[in-house]
Amino acid sequence: MIPAAFSYESPRTLKEALALLESNPNAKLLAGGHSLLPAMKLRLATPPALIDLGRIPDLNYIRDTGDHLAIGALTPHAAVASSELLHRMSPLLAEAADSIGDVQVRNRGTIGGSLAQAHPNADYPAAILALDAEIVTLSRTGEHVIPAREFFTGMFTTALSANEIITEVRVPKTTGAGAAYKKFAHPASGYAVVGVATVVRKHGNAIESAAIGITGVSGTPYRATAVENALRGKPASAIADASRRAADGIEAIGDTFASPGYRRHLAMVFTRRALETALARARAK
Amino acid sequence: MKKNIAININGVEHRAQVEPRLLLVHFLREVAGFTGTHIGCETSLCGACTVLLDGRAVKSCTVLAVQADGRSVTTIEGLAQGNRLHAIQEGFWEEHGLQCGYCTPGMIMCAHDLLERSATPTEQEIRQALDGNLCRCTGYQHIVNSVQAAARKLGKRKATRAVAAD
Ligand SMILES: Cc1cc2nc3c(=O)[nH]c(=O)nc-3n(C[C@H](O)[C@H](O)[C@H](O)COP(=O)(O)OP(=O)(O)OC[C@H]3O[C@@H](n4cnc5c(N)ncnc54)[C@H](O)[C@@H]3O)c2cc1C
Ligand code: FES
Ligand code: FES
Repeated sequence: MIPAAFSYESPRTLKEALALLESNPNAKLLAGGHSLLPAMKLRLATPPALIDLGRIPDLNYIRDTGDHLAIGALTPHAAVASSELLHRMSPLLAEAADSIGDVQVRNRGTIGGSLAQAHPNADYPAAILALDAEIVTLSRTGEHVIPAREFFTGMFTTALSANEIITEVRVPKTTGAGAAYKKFAHPASGYAVVGVATVVRKHGNAIESAAIGITGVSGTPYRATAVENALRGKPASAIADASRRAADGIEAIGDTFASPGYRRHLAMVFTRRALETALARARAK
Repeated sequence: MKKNIAININGVEHRAQVEPRLLLVHFLREVAGFTGTHIGCETSLCGACTVLLDGRAVKSCTVLAVQADGRSVTTIEGLAQGNRLHAIQEGFWEEHGLQCGYCTPGMIMCAHDLLERSATPTEQEIRQALDGNLCRCTGYQHIVNSVQAAARKLGKRKATRAVAAD
């Protein structure tokens, strides 16, 4: 299992990387390599050139920027999972990162790579959507900020253009809210057959708001707006009924492991579980 | 076009001219001669090829040799000191943590990553840490026992060193 031959560049700056992308439009960016290299070994991908982002300093960080936490695109899943800053101020992303694959995958795979890949069963997209995170990119025309809800456009497709590099992900602090990520992991690969991320705010005994991101059910991760609307201002007892709407209006995908009907069922069950856990973690106003 | 790379393996620098598509596991086994690192699936799933890259466990079949240029790699051959096995190797020996031994180098390198982060892991933590490593022989229980034994040994050695330093 040897990839087809390619030329390899390892730029030291983002500027250099952008110039290389510009002059070689068929080149692929390489981050952790844990989606791209397996595809290249199977020759499902045969890029003529790789531009390795791994030697550009300062793309691997988690910083407090006031309202938000900023995560560098090259930050590996393991660093997100164990970040004290995230655990304290925005734990949902860390919980999702901790559930990705296995230790070795989490040591190599990066947040920028996972988002750019947009695998339909990836974990981060659910959390990114529930958090209304922002994806920061750089191209020759400058910096762009893409809201999570505009980022995922289909199976393995995103709003990124070919000459754009993700540099950072910004997540809001969720102090006071309760968050949870619940997934039904594929027993062999670890990918989410279905994964549900939620951020719940509580007012007295009622649910003030619930944001719900779902991955794995359809080709594109989505916000379960029907459930969100059904829960606004309602008590915890409304969760079970509202969760039945987790795949409303969604065309579910099926494969040898899970049929569309089974995925819809899992969406309901895991939405309920995520909401119950998040609510228990929320502090009432 | 070939690239000149230098990888520090088990404390010694290895230089070579390689094709960018050469996988780290093939560099370790075929260029540098460290055949203790095994190839099981070559599809990132079995963990047999696990080595430490700058101290963290990675599947060397899913890393390019050029990505490891200038970095340091530890393979199973780098753990023993002279004739003295590493505590994790002793643990596997004493607790029957292997049968055919194919998965063992990967299991041990992954256990090393865990014990560096957490000196007294629970059984659950050990099982989670070895989630990316498959074993077709042991049924895993003896592997878990081996890692627990290694943790105890490492803890004792640290305590002895601390007393000696006092
Ligand atoms: C055995 C195994 C199990 C896995 N299990 C899971 C799982 O349970 N859940 C899960 O979510 N994922 C899982 N993954 C995927 C893993 O999380 C990958 O690390 C991730 O999908 C890709 O990140 P990467 O850094 O490795 O990207 P790469 O493989 O390097 O790149 C992926 C794609 O993104 C592009 N890209 C990379 N970085 C950037 C950037 N900064 N800007 C623009 N484009 C970029 C590349 O050109 C490429 O097209 C698994 C992978 C393996 C091998
Ligand atoms: S040979 Fe690398 S994971 Fe199986
Ligand atoms: S001992 Fe044979 S595969 Fe683990």
